[in-house]
Amino acid sequence: MLYKKKWPLIVFLIPGLIMMGVFLYYPFISNIGNSFYNMSSVVRMPGVELNFIGLENYKNLFKDPYIKIALKNSFLMMILTVIFQVGLALVFAILVNSIRRGQQLFRTLYFFPVVISASALGLLFKLFYDYNGGMLNQILEKMGKEPVMWLSESLAFTMISIPVLWSYVGFYFVIILTGICDIPDDVYEAAAIDGCSGFKSVFYITVPLLRGVLCTCITLAVTGALKVFDLPWMLAEKGAPNGTTHFLGTYMYHTAFSNNNFDYGSTIALFIVVVGVIVSKAVDFIVKPDKNL
Amino acid sequence: MAAEVKKNKKPIKISTIIIYIVLILWAVTTVFPFIWVFMNSFKESQDVISNSFAWPKAFELMNYEKAFRRVNIGMAYRSSLIISGSVMVGVMILSSMMAFAMTRYQFKGKKVVDALIKGSLMFPVFATIIPVMAMMVKVGFINSGNLLAAILPQIAGNLSFAAIVMMGFLRGLPLEMEEAAYMEGAGVAKVFTRIIIPLSKPSLATVAIFCFLWSYNDLFTQSCLVRKKALLPICALLKQISSIYGTDYGLMAAAVTLIVVPVMIVYILLQKNIVKGLTAGAVKG
Repeated sequence: MLYKKKWPLIVFLIPGLIMMGVFLYYPFISNIGNSFYNMSSVVRMPGVELNFIGLENYKNLFKDPYIKIALKNSFLMMILTVIFQVGLALVFAILVNSIRRGQQLFRTLYFFPVVISASALGLLFKLFYDYNGGMLNQILEKMGKEPVMWLSESLAFTMISIPVLWSYVGFYFVIILTGICDIPDDVYEAAAIDGCSGFKSVFYITVPLLRGVLCTCITLAVTGALKVFDLPWMLAEKGAPNGTTHFLGTYMYHTAFSNNNFDYGSTIALFIVVVGVIVSKAVDFIVKPDKNL
Repeated sequence: MAAEVKKNKKPIKISTIIIYIVLILWAVTTVFPFIWVFMNSFKESQDVISNSFAWPKAFELMNYEKAFRRVNIGMAYRSSLIISGSVMVGVMILSSMMAFAMTRYQFKGKKVVDALIKGSLMFPVFATIIPVMAMMVKVGFINSGNLLAAILPQIAGNLSFAAIVMMGFLRGLPLEMEEAAYMEGAGVAKVFTRIIIPLSKPSLATVAIFCFLWSYNDLFTQSCLVRKKALLPICALLKQISSIYGTDYGLMAAAVTLIVVPVMIVYILLQKNIVKGLTAGAVKG
Protein backbone atom coordinates (compact mmCIF):
# COMPACT_ATOMS: atom_id res chain seq x y z
CA MET A 1 0.00 0.00 0.00
CA LEU A 2 0.85 3.64 -0.30
CA TYR A 3 2.00 4.55 3.17
CA LYS A 4 5.22 2.95 4.33
CA LYS A 5 5.30 3.75 8.00
CA LYS A 6 2.92 1.65 10.00
CA TRP A 7 2.73 3.58 13.24
CA PRO A 8 0.08 6.10 12.12
CA LEU A 9 -2.19 3.13 11.67
CA ILE A 10 -2.32 2.73 15.43
CA VAL A 11 -3.12 6.38 15.99
CA PHE A 12 -5.97 6.23 13.49
CA LEU A 13 -7.46 2.94 14.50
CA ILE A 14 -7.03 2.65 18.24
CA PRO A 15 -9.28 5.48 19.55
CA GLY A 16 -12.30 4.12 17.71
CA LEU A 17 -11.58 0.55 18.69
CA ILE A 18 -11.17 1.56 22.32
CA MET A 19 -14.57 3.26 22.23
CA MET A 20 -16.18 0.15 20.77
CA GLY A 21 -14.40 -2.11 23.19
CA VAL A 22 -15.27 -0.10 26.27
CA PHE A 23 -18.86 0.79 25.43
CA LEU A 24 -20.02 -2.12 23.26
CA TYR A 25 -17.98 -5.30 23.58
CA TYR A 26 -17.06 -5.14 27.25
CA PRO A 27 -20.63 -4.26 28.37
CA PHE A 28 -22.06 -6.97 26.15
CA ILE A 29 -19.87 -9.63 27.76
CA SER A 30 -20.31 -8.17 31.20
CA ASN A 31 -24.07 -8.27 30.61
CA ILE A 32 -23.87 -12.02 30.02
CA GLY A 33 -21.97 -12.37 33.29
CA ASN A 34 -24.54 -10.30 35.17
CA SER A 35 -27.31 -12.67 34.18
CA PHE A 36 -25.79 -15.33 36.47
CA TYR A 37 -25.73 -13.15 39.58
CA ASN A 38 -28.32 -11.66 41.84
CA MET A 39 -28.17 -7.92 41.40
CA SER A 40 -30.50 -5.43 43.02
CA SER A 41 -28.56 -2.35 42.02
CA VAL A 42 -26.56 -1.34 39.00
CA VAL A 43 -23.27 -1.18 40.87
CA ARG A 44 -22.17 -3.43 43.66
CA MET A 45 -22.78 -1.63 46.95
CA PRO A 46 -19.84 -1.77 49.35
CA GLY A 47 -20.20 -4.70 51.68
CA VAL A 48 -22.86 -6.41 49.60
CA GLU A 49 -21.68 -9.59 47.96
CA LEU A 50 -23.16 -10.60 44.67
CA ASN A 51 -24.78 -13.99 44.92
CA PHE A 52 -24.07 -16.43 42.17
CA ILE A 53 -27.43 -17.88 41.22
CA GLY A 54 -26.41 -19.84 38.15
CA LEU A 55 -29.15 -20.54 35.70
CA GLU A 56 -31.96 -19.33 37.95
CA ASN A 57 -32.77 -16.39 35.65
CA TYR A 58 -32.85 -18.61 32.61
CA LYS A 59 -35.28 -20.95 34.32
CA ASN A 60 -37.43 -17.94 35.16
CA LEU A 61 -37.36 -16.91 31.56
CA PHE A 62 -39.31 -20.01 30.63
CA LYS A 63 -41.82 -19.65 33.45
CA ASP A 64 -42.46 -15.92 33.17
CA PRO A 65 -45.94 -15.29 31.71
CA TYR A 66 -45.02 -11.71 30.78
CA ILE A 67 -42.08 -12.73 28.66
CA LYS A 68 -44.48 -14.89 26.67
CA ILE A 69 -46.73 -11.87 26.09
CA ALA A 70 -43.74 -9.72 25.19
CA LEU A 71 -42.35 -12.35 22.83
CA LYS A 72 -45.74 -12.86 21.22
CA ASN A 73 -46.20 -9.12 20.74
CA SER A 74 -42.71 -8.73 19.33
CA PHE A 75 -43.22 -11.59 16.87
CA LEU A 76 -46.59 -10.21 15.86
CA MET A 77 -44.94 -6.84 15.34
CA MET A 78 -42.33 -8.46 13.07
CA ILE A 79 -45.03 -9.98 10.89
CA LEU A 80 -46.94 -6.70 10.78
CA THR A 81 -43.82 -4.71 9.86
CA VAL A 82 -43.12 -7.03 6.94
CA ILE A 83 -46.71 -6.88 5.69
CA PHE A 84 -47.47 -3.22 6.31
CA GLN A 85 -44.15 -1.40 6.31
CA VAL A 86 -42.40 -3.25 3.52
CA GLY A 87 -45.63 -4.17 1.71
CA LEU A 88 -47.11 -0.67 1.67
CA ALA A 89 -43.70 0.79 0.88
CA LEU A 90 -43.42 -1.50 -2.15
CA VAL A 91 -46.88 -0.51 -3.40
CA PHE A 92 -46.21 3.19 -2.95
CA ALA A 93 -42.78 2.93 -4.56
CA ILE A 94 -44.23 1.23 -7.64
CA LEU A 95 -47.00 3.84 -7.83
CA VAL A 96 -44.67 6.79 -7.37
CA ASN A 97 -42.30 5.35 -9.96
CA SER A 98 -45.16 5.23 -12.47
CA ILE A 99 -46.04 8.92 -12.21
CA ARG A 100 -44.19 11.83 -13.75
CA ARG A 101 -44.85 14.82 -11.55
CA GLY A 102 -44.24 15.12 -7.86
CA GLN A 103 -41.90 12.16 -7.25
CA GLN A 104 -39.56 14.29 -5.18
CA LEU A 105 -42.44 15.80 -3.21
CA PHE A 106 -43.83 12.39 -2.26
CA ARG A 107 -40.36 11.24 -1.23
CA THR A 108 -40.00 14.22 1.09
CA LEU A 109 -43.47 13.90 2.60
CA TYR A 110 -43.40 10.13 3.08
CA PHE A 111 -40.00 10.17 4.71
CA PHE A 112 -40.84 12.96 7.15
CA PRO A 113 -42.19 10.83 10.07
CA VAL A 114 -38.97 8.77 9.99
CA VAL A 115 -36.87 11.67 11.23
CA ILE A 116 -39.29 12.61 14.00
CA SER A 117 -38.47 11.06 17.34
CA ALA A 118 -40.69 8.25 18.48
CA SER A 119 -41.27 10.07 21.75
CA ALA A 120 -42.85 13.02 19.94
CA LEU A 121 -44.94 10.63 17.88
CA GLY A 122 -45.94 8.87 21.08
CA LEU A 123 -47.16 12.11 22.64
CA LEU A 124 -48.96 12.98 19.43
CA PHE A 125 -50.84 9.70 19.30
CA LYS A 126 -51.64 10.00 22.97
CA LEU A 127 -53.58 13.11 22.04
CA PHE A 128 -55.36 11.18 19.29
CA TYR A 129 -56.32 8.26 21.50
CA ASP A 130 -57.33 10.06 24.66
CA TYR A 131 -60.72 9.01 25.98
CA ASN A 132 -61.81 12.48 27.08
CA GLY A 133 -61.69 14.60 23.98
CA GLY A 134 -58.92 12.87 22.04
CA MET A 135 -59.08 13.40 18.30
CA LEU A 136 -60.55 10.00 17.45
CA ASN A 137 -63.32 10.29 20.01
CA GLN A 138 -64.13 13.78 18.78
CA ILE A 139 -64.68 12.35 15.31
CA LEU A 140 -66.88 9.60 16.75
CA GLU A 141 -68.84 12.17 18.71
CA LYS A 142 -69.47 14.23 15.59
CA MET A 143 -70.81 11.15 13.87
CA GLY A 144 -73.10 10.63 16.83
CA LYS A 145 -71.35 7.55 18.21
CA GLU A 146 -70.20 6.58 21.67
CA PRO A 147 -66.57 7.32 22.58
CA VAL A 148 -64.21 4.34 22.65
CA MET A 149 -61.44 3.41 25.09
CA TRP A 150 -58.73 3.20 22.47
CA LEU A 151 -56.05 1.86 24.79
CA SER A 152 -58.21 -0.76 26.47
CA GLU A 153 -56.96 -4.31 26.70
CA SER A 154 -58.58 -5.51 23.49
CA LEU A 155 -57.52 -2.55 21.34
CA ALA A 156 -54.21 -1.46 22.85
CA PHE A 157 -51.91 -3.63 20.76
CA THR A 158 -53.54 -2.56 17.50
CA MET A 159 -53.53 1.09 18.46
CA ILE A 160 -49.85 0.94 19.43
CA SER A 161 -48.93 -0.87 16.23
CA ILE A 162 -50.51 1.77 14.01
CA PRO A 163 -48.02 4.57 14.76
CA VAL A 164 -45.10 2.12 14.87
CA LEU A 165 -45.95 0.82 11.41
CA TRP A 166 -47.04 4.15 9.92
CA SER A 167 -43.94 6.07 10.94
CA TYR A 168 -41.45 3.84 9.13
CA VAL A 169 -43.21 3.15 5.82
CA GLY A 170 -41.34 6.11 4.31
CA PHE A 171 -37.97 4.57 5.20
CA TYR A 172 -38.55 1.38 3.20
CA PHE A 173 -40.36 3.38 0.53
CA VAL A 174 -37.20 5.35 -0.21
CA ILE A 175 -34.98 2.25 -0.20
CA ILE A 176 -37.32 0.40 -2.57
CA LEU A 177 -37.83 3.41 -4.84
CA THR A 178 -34.05 3.77 -5.15
CA GLY A 179 -33.94 0.07 -6.05
CA ILE A 180 -36.61 0.50 -8.72
CA CYS A 181 -34.78 3.47 -10.24
CA ASP A 182 -31.68 1.25 -10.55
CA ILE A 183 -33.51 -1.23 -12.79
CA PRO A 184 -32.38 -0.37 -16.33
CA ASP A 185 -35.07 0.94 -18.68
CA ASP A 186 -34.16 -1.43 -21.50
CA VAL A 187 -35.48 -4.39 -19.51
CA TYR A 188 -38.92 -2.80 -19.55
CA GLU A 189 -38.59 -1.80 -23.17
CA ALA A 190 -37.69 -5.31 -24.24
CA ALA A 191 -40.61 -6.68 -22.22
CA ALA A 192 -42.99 -4.13 -23.71
CA ILE A 193 -42.04 -5.28 -27.20
CA ASP A 194 -42.86 -8.83 -26.15
CA GLY A 195 -46.26 -7.65 -24.97
CA CYS A 196 -45.57 -7.37 -21.25
CA SER A 197 -46.45 -3.98 -19.80
CA GLY A 198 -48.42 -2.30 -17.04
CA PHE A 199 -49.42 -4.61 -14.22
CA LYS A 200 -47.70 -7.60 -15.77
CA SER A 201 -44.34 -5.88 -15.87
CA VAL A 202 -44.65 -5.10 -12.17
CA PHE A 203 -45.07 -8.76 -11.30
CA TYR A 204 -42.67 -10.24 -13.80
CA ILE A 205 -39.92 -7.61 -13.81
CA THR A 206 -40.01 -5.11 -10.97
CA VAL A 207 -40.68 -7.42 -8.04
CA PRO A 208 -38.27 -10.23 -9.08
CA LEU A 209 -35.48 -7.74 -9.78
CA LEU A 210 -36.05 -6.10 -6.41
CA ARG A 211 -35.46 -9.32 -4.55
CA GLY A 212 -32.17 -8.25 -3.01
CA VAL A 213 -33.53 -4.89 -1.93
CA LEU A 214 -36.68 -6.46 -0.50
CA CYS A 215 -34.59 -8.96 1.40
CA THR A 216 -32.58 -6.13 2.96
CA CYS A 217 -35.80 -4.34 3.84
CA ILE A 218 -37.35 -7.41 5.45
CA THR A 219 -34.21 -8.06 7.52
CA LEU A 220 -34.16 -4.43 8.65
CA ALA A 221 -37.88 -4.46 9.41
CA VAL A 222 -37.76 -7.64 11.44
CA THR A 223 -34.71 -6.67 13.50
CA GLY A 224 -36.18 -3.18 13.85
CA ALA A 225 -39.36 -4.67 15.27
CA LEU A 226 -37.28 -6.29 18.01
CA LYS A 227 -35.89 -2.89 19.00
CA VAL A 228 -39.28 -1.19 19.31
CA PHE A 229 -39.23 0.74 22.54
CA ASP A 230 -40.03 4.45 22.54
CA LEU A 231 -43.52 4.41 21.06
CA PRO A 232 -45.04 1.69 23.21
CA TRP A 233 -43.32 3.19 26.24
CA MET A 234 -44.86 6.60 25.56
CA LEU A 235 -48.33 5.30 24.75
CA ALA A 236 -48.70 2.55 27.32
CA GLU A 237 -46.09 2.75 30.03
CA LYS A 238 -45.16 -0.51 31.77
CA GLY A 239 -47.18 -2.55 29.32
CA ALA A 240 -50.46 -1.03 30.44
CA PRO A 241 -53.13 -2.33 30.66
CA ASN A 242 -52.04 -5.33 32.76
CA GLY A 243 -48.80 -5.95 30.93
CA THR A 244 -50.63 -6.88 27.74
CA THR A 245 -48.73 -4.44 25.56
CA HIS A 246 -45.20 -5.37 26.61
CA PHE A 247 -42.62 -5.82 23.89
CA LEU A 248 -39.26 -7.45 24.59
CA GLY A 249 -37.56 -4.05 24.79
CA THR A 250 -40.09 -2.40 27.07
CA TYR A 251 -40.27 -5.48 29.28
CA MET A 252 -36.50 -5.48 29.66
CA TYR A 253 -36.52 -1.80 30.65
CA HIS A 254 -39.43 -2.35 33.00
CA THR A 255 -37.76 -5.32 34.72
CA ALA A 256 -34.40 -3.66 35.10
CA PHE A 257 -35.27 -0.05 35.83
CA SER A 258 -38.78 -0.06 37.32
CA ASN A 259 -38.39 -3.25 39.34
CA ASN A 260 -34.63 -2.93 39.94
CA ASN A 261 -34.20 -6.55 38.91
CA PHE A 262 -31.00 -5.95 36.99
CA ASP A 263 -29.88 -9.55 36.66
CA TYR A 264 -33.17 -10.67 35.14
CA GLY A 265 -33.12 -7.57 32.93
CA SER A 266 -29.69 -8.63 31.65
CA THR A 267 -31.06 -12.08 30.94
CA ILE A 268 -33.91 -10.62 28.90
CA ALA A 269 -31.44 -8.39 27.05
CA LEU A 270 -29.37 -11.43 26.11
CA PHE A 271 -32.55 -13.21 25.10
CA ILE A 272 -33.34 -10.29 22.75
CA VAL A 273 -29.92 -10.67 21.11
CA VAL A 274 -30.42 -14.41 20.67
CA VAL A 275 -33.89 -13.95 19.19
CA GLY A 276 -32.48 -11.26 16.89
CA VAL A 277 -29.72 -13.51 15.57
CA ILE A 278 -32.08 -16.46 15.07
CA VAL A 279 -34.69 -14.35 13.32
CA SER A 280 -32.27 -12.66 10.96
CA LYS A 281 -30.74 -16.03 10.07
CA ALA A 282 -34.25 -17.35 9.47
CA VAL A 283 -35.08 -14.41 7.22
CA ASP A 284 -31.88 -15.02 5.27
CA PHE A 285 -32.84 -18.65 4.90
CA ILE A 286 -36.42 -17.99 3.82
CA VAL A 287 -35.89 -15.04 1.49
CA LYS A 288 -32.40 -16.14 0.38
CA PRO A 289 -30.92 -13.13 -1.35
CA ASP A 290 -28.75 -13.72 -4.38
CA LYS A 291 -25.20 -14.52 -3.41
CA ASN A 292 -23.81 -11.51 -5.24
CA LEU A 293 -25.95 -8.95 -3.44
CA MET B 1 -41.37 4.80 -26.28
CA ALA B 2 -41.98 8.11 -28.06
CA ALA B 3 -45.35 6.93 -29.28
CA GLU B 4 -46.36 5.91 -25.81
CA VAL B 5 -45.42 9.23 -24.28
CA LYS B 6 -47.71 10.99 -26.72
CA LYS B 7 -50.55 8.65 -25.97
CA ASN B 8 -50.28 9.34 -22.27
CA LYS B 9 -50.14 13.05 -22.64
CA LYS B 10 -53.50 13.85 -24.16
CA PRO B 11 -56.31 12.17 -22.28
CA ILE B 12 -55.37 11.79 -18.64
CA LYS B 13 -55.88 8.16 -17.78
CA ILE B 14 -58.26 7.24 -14.99
CA SER B 15 -55.63 4.93 -13.54
CA THR B 16 -53.23 7.85 -13.20
CA ILE B 17 -55.84 9.82 -11.31
CA ILE B 18 -56.44 6.90 -8.95
CA ILE B 19 -52.70 6.55 -8.39
CA TYR B 20 -52.43 10.21 -7.50
CA ILE B 21 -55.40 9.99 -5.14
CA VAL B 22 -53.89 7.00 -3.31
CA LEU B 23 -50.49 8.68 -3.04
CA ILE B 24 -51.96 11.96 -1.86
CA LEU B 25 -54.05 10.18 0.77
CA TRP B 26 -50.95 8.64 2.30
CA ALA B 27 -49.15 11.97 2.12
CA VAL B 28 -52.05 13.46 4.09
CA THR B 29 -51.53 10.88 6.84
CA THR B 30 -47.86 11.79 7.14
CA VAL B 31 -48.44 15.55 7.22
CA PHE B 32 -51.83 16.11 8.78
CA PRO B 33 -50.96 14.93 12.33
CA PHE B 34 -48.23 17.55 12.55
CA ILE B 35 -50.48 20.33 11.25
CA TRP B 36 -53.16 19.25 13.71
CA VAL B 37 -50.80 19.34 16.66
CA PHE B 38 -49.35 22.68 15.54
CA MET B 39 -52.83 24.21 15.33
CA ASN B 40 -53.81 22.92 18.72
CA SER B 41 -50.68 24.16 20.41
CA PHE B 42 -52.19 27.66 20.21
CA LYS B 43 -55.45 26.72 21.92
CA GLU B 44 -56.67 26.46 25.49
CA SER B 45 -57.02 22.87 26.62
CA GLN B 46 -60.78 23.33 26.68
CA ASP B 47 -60.84 24.20 23.00
CA VAL B 48 -58.61 21.26 22.12
CA ILE B 49 -61.08 18.92 23.77
CA SER B 50 -64.22 20.48 22.36
CA ASN B 51 -63.10 21.19 18.83
CA SER B 52 -59.60 20.20 17.83
CA PHE B 53 -60.25 20.63 14.12
CA ALA B 54 -61.10 24.32 14.23
CA TRP B 55 -58.50 26.87 13.29
CA PRO B 56 -57.17 28.58 16.44
CA LYS B 57 -58.93 31.86 17.20
CA ALA B 58 -55.67 33.66 17.62
CA PHE B 59 -52.06 32.53 17.60
CA GLU B 60 -51.65 32.87 21.34
CA LEU B 61 -48.49 31.58 22.91
CA MET B 62 -49.78 30.74 26.39
CA ASN B 63 -48.98 27.04 26.05
CA TYR B 64 -45.42 27.81 25.06
CA GLU B 65 -45.07 30.26 27.93
CA LYS B 66 -46.39 27.59 30.25
CA ALA B 67 -43.95 25.03 28.84
CA PHE B 68 -40.99 27.33 29.36
CA ARG B 69 -42.17 28.38 32.83
CA ARG B 70 -43.17 25.01 34.30
CA VAL B 71 -40.36 22.94 32.92
CA ASN B 72 -37.05 24.19 31.81
CA ILE B 73 -37.30 23.64 28.08
CA GLY B 74 -34.45 26.02 27.39
CA MET B 75 -32.10 23.87 29.47
CA ALA B 76 -33.41 20.75 27.77
CA TYR B 77 -32.57 22.17 24.36
CA ARG B 78 -29.12 23.03 25.68
CA SER B 79 -28.57 19.47 26.97
CA SER B 80 -29.82 17.99 23.72
CA LEU B 81 -27.58 20.25 21.68
CA ILE B 82 -24.52 19.47 23.80
CA ILE B 83 -25.15 15.73 23.74
CA SER B 84 -26.11 15.39 20.10
CA GLY B 85 -23.54 17.91 18.91
CA SER B 86 -20.70 16.12 20.73
CA VAL B 87 -21.90 12.74 19.52
CA MET B 88 -21.96 14.07 15.98
CA VAL B 89 -18.47 15.58 16.10
CA GLY B 90 -16.99 12.60 17.95
CA VAL B 91 -18.39 10.11 15.50
CA MET B 92 -17.29 12.16 12.49
CA ILE B 93 -13.69 12.31 13.71
CA LEU B 94 -13.37 8.73 14.92
CA SER B 95 -15.19 7.12 12.01
CA SER B 96 -13.20 8.95 9.33
CA MET B 97 -9.95 8.03 11.09
CA MET B 98 -10.97 4.38 11.33
CA ALA B 99 -12.13 4.32 7.74
CA PHE B 100 -8.81 5.85 6.62
CA ALA B 101 -6.84 3.21 8.47
CA MET B 102 -9.04 0.39 7.19
CA THR B 103 -8.90 1.41 3.54
CA ARG B 104 -5.32 2.69 3.20
CA TYR B 105 -3.31 0.18 5.22
CA GLN B 106 -2.71 -3.54 5.07
CA PHE B 107 -2.05 -5.13 8.43
CA LYS B 108 -2.33 -8.35 10.33
CA GLY B 109 -5.74 -8.85 11.87
CA LYS B 110 -7.46 -6.51 9.45
CA LYS B 111 -10.20 -9.06 8.91
CA VAL B 112 -10.76 -9.36 12.64
CA VAL B 113 -11.10 -5.60 13.01
CA ASP B 114 -13.48 -5.51 10.08
CA ALA B 115 -15.59 -8.22 11.71
CA LEU B 116 -15.52 -6.36 15.02
CA ILE B 117 -16.81 -3.19 13.39
CA LYS B 118 -19.60 -4.97 11.54
CA GLY B 119 -20.41 -7.25 14.45
CA SER B 120 -21.10 -4.39 16.81
CA LEU B 121 -24.05 -3.41 14.62
CA MET B 122 -25.75 -6.49 16.01
CA PHE B 123 -25.85 -5.34 19.63
CA PRO B 124 -29.14 -3.74 20.56
CA VAL B 125 -28.72 -1.03 23.15
CA PHE B 126 -30.68 -3.17 25.63
CA ALA B 127 -27.82 -5.65 25.83
CA THR B 128 -25.18 -3.10 26.84
CA ILE B 129 -27.07 -0.52 28.85
CA ILE B 130 -26.84 -2.01 32.38
CA PRO B 131 -23.04 -2.48 32.43
CA VAL B 132 -22.60 0.92 30.77
CA MET B 133 -24.74 2.46 33.48
CA ALA B 134 -22.71 0.71 36.16
CA MET B 135 -19.55 2.08 34.58
CA MET B 136 -20.93 5.61 34.54
CA VAL B 137 -22.03 5.37 38.16
CA LYS B 138 -18.55 4.16 39.15
CA VAL B 139 -16.74 7.04 37.48
CA GLY B 140 -19.29 9.39 39.02
CA PHE B 141 -20.71 10.81 35.80
CA ILE B 142 -24.32 9.93 36.56
CA ASN B 143 -24.45 11.36 40.05
CA SER B 144 -22.64 14.53 39.10
CA GLY B 145 -24.82 14.96 36.05
CA ASN B 146 -21.92 14.86 33.64
CA LEU B 147 -23.40 14.67 30.16
CA LEU B 148 -20.43 12.55 29.04
CA ALA B 149 -22.40 9.68 30.56
CA ALA B 150 -24.75 9.85 27.59
CA ILE B 151 -22.27 11.17 25.03
CA LEU B 152 -19.60 8.47 25.14
CA PRO B 153 -21.88 5.41 24.80
CA GLN B 154 -23.80 7.10 21.99
CA ILE B 155 -20.56 7.81 20.13
CA ALA B 156 -19.64 4.15 20.40
CA GLY B 157 -23.14 3.08 19.40
CA ASN B 158 -23.14 5.15 16.20
CA LEU B 159 -19.51 4.52 15.36
CA SER B 160 -19.87 1.25 13.51
CA PHE B 161 -22.60 2.52 11.20
CA ALA B 162 -20.56 5.64 10.48
CA ALA B 163 -17.33 3.72 9.93
CA ILE B 164 -19.05 1.44 7.42
CA VAL B 165 -20.47 4.39 5.48
CA MET B 166 -17.07 6.14 5.49
CA MET B 167 -15.20 2.97 4.48
CA GLY B 168 -17.51 2.54 1.52
CA PHE B 169 -16.87 6.11 0.47
CA LEU B 170 -13.10 6.11 0.93
CA ARG B 171 -12.74 2.87 -1.01
CA GLY B 172 -14.25 4.59 -4.02
CA LEU B 173 -12.01 7.63 -3.73
CA PRO B 174 -9.17 7.70 -6.32
CA LEU B 175 -5.71 7.50 -4.77
CA GLU B 176 -3.86 9.89 -7.14
CA MET B 177 -4.24 13.04 -5.08
CA GLU B 178 -3.01 11.35 -1.93
CA GLU B 179 -0.13 9.75 -3.78
CA ALA B 180 0.94 13.06 -5.25
CA ALA B 181 0.80 14.82 -1.88
CA TYR B 182 2.63 11.98 -0.16
CA MET B 183 5.39 11.96 -2.76
CA GLU B 184 5.77 15.71 -2.34
CA GLY B 185 6.58 15.05 1.26
CA ALA B 186 3.31 15.65 3.08
CA GLY B 187 2.97 13.52 6.21
CA VAL B 188 0.11 11.16 6.80
CA ALA B 189 -1.56 13.63 9.15
CA LYS B 190 -1.44 16.31 6.51
CA VAL B 191 -2.79 14.00 3.82
CA PHE B 192 -5.64 13.05 6.12
CA THR B 193 -6.64 16.56 7.19
CA ARG B 194 -5.98 18.39 3.91
CA ILE B 195 -7.07 15.81 1.34
CA ILE B 196 -9.15 13.00 2.79
CA ILE B 197 -11.41 15.12 5.00
CA PRO B 198 -12.26 17.77 2.38
CA LEU B 199 -12.88 15.11 -0.26
CA SER B 200 -15.21 13.08 1.91
CA LYS B 201 -17.50 15.97 2.79
CA PRO B 202 -20.64 14.39 1.24
CA SER B 203 -20.46 11.20 3.26
CA LEU B 204 -19.31 13.06 6.36
CA ALA B 205 -22.48 15.12 5.99
CA THR B 206 -24.56 11.94 5.94
CA VAL B 207 -22.82 10.63 9.02
CA ALA B 208 -23.23 13.95 10.80
CA ILE B 209 -26.94 14.31 10.07
CA PHE B 210 -27.77 10.80 11.16
CA CYS B 211 -25.74 10.77 14.31
CA PHE B 212 -27.32 14.04 15.30
CA LEU B 213 -30.88 12.89 14.60
CA TRP B 214 -30.46 9.48 16.20
CA SER B 215 -28.92 10.95 19.28
CA TYR B 216 -31.54 13.71 19.52
CA ASN B 217 -34.33 11.16 19.18
CA ASP B 218 -32.89 8.44 21.43
CA LEU B 219 -35.19 8.30 24.42
CA PHE B 220 -33.87 5.02 25.79
CA THR B 221 -30.19 5.89 26.26
CA GLN B 222 -31.00 9.39 27.44
CA SER B 223 -33.49 8.37 30.06
CA CYS B 224 -31.10 5.70 31.37
CA LEU B 225 -27.93 7.75 31.51
CA VAL B 226 -29.04 11.30 32.29
CA ARG B 227 -30.56 11.14 35.72
CA LYS B 228 -30.33 14.77 36.84
CA LYS B 229 -33.70 16.44 36.36
CA ALA B 230 -32.22 19.83 35.50
CA LEU B 231 -30.15 18.32 32.70
CA LEU B 232 -32.74 16.12 30.99
CA PRO B 233 -32.53 16.38 27.21
CA ILE B 234 -35.62 17.27 25.26
CA CYS B 235 -37.09 13.80 24.60
CA ALA B 236 -36.66 12.65 28.17
CA LEU B 237 -38.16 15.89 29.46
CA LEU B 238 -41.20 15.51 27.24
CA LYS B 239 -41.76 12.03 28.57
CA GLN B 240 -41.92 13.61 32.02
CA ILE B 241 -44.22 16.38 30.91
CA SER B 242 -46.60 13.82 29.50
CA SER B 243 -46.74 11.89 32.75
CA ILE B 244 -47.19 14.98 34.94
CA TYR B 245 -49.30 17.30 32.79
CA GLY B 246 -50.83 14.60 30.57
CA THR B 247 -54.29 16.13 30.83
CA ASP B 248 -53.24 19.59 29.75
CA TYR B 249 -53.80 19.02 26.04
CA GLY B 250 -52.73 22.47 24.92
CA LEU B 251 -49.43 22.10 26.75
CA MET B 252 -48.90 18.62 25.31
CA ALA B 253 -49.49 19.90 21.80
CA ALA B 254 -47.00 22.71 22.41
CA ALA B 255 -44.49 20.17 23.74
CA VAL B 256 -44.77 18.02 20.63
CA THR B 257 -44.35 21.10 18.46
CA LEU B 258 -41.25 22.12 20.40
CA ILE B 259 -39.63 18.73 19.90
CA VAL B 260 -40.57 18.50 16.20
CA VAL B 261 -39.67 21.99 15.02
CA PRO B 262 -35.83 21.77 15.24
CA VAL B 263 -35.87 18.42 13.47
CA MET B 264 -38.25 19.77 10.84
CA ILE B 265 -35.97 22.70 10.10
CA VAL B 266 -32.97 20.40 9.73
CA TYR B 267 -35.03 18.07 7.54
CA ILE B 268 -36.29 20.77 5.20
CA LEU B 269 -32.82 22.27 4.81
CA LEU B 270 -31.02 18.98 4.26
CA GLN B 271 -33.70 16.60 3.04
CA LYS B 272 -31.83 15.46 -0.06
CA ASN B 273 -28.78 14.46 1.96
CA ILE B 274 -30.92 12.78 4.56
CA VAL B 275 -33.03 10.68 2.24
CA LYS B 276 -30.10 9.60 0.08
CA GLY B 277 -27.65 9.13 2.91
CA LEU B 278 -29.82 6.98 5.09
CA THR B 279 -30.69 4.51 2.40
CA ALA B 280 -27.07 4.22 1.30
CA GLY B 281 -26.03 3.49 4.86
CA ALA B 282 -28.89 1.12 5.51
CA VAL B 283 -28.36 -1.00 2.44
CA LYS B 284 -24.64 -1.31 3.04
CA GLY B 285 -25.05 -1.92 6.75
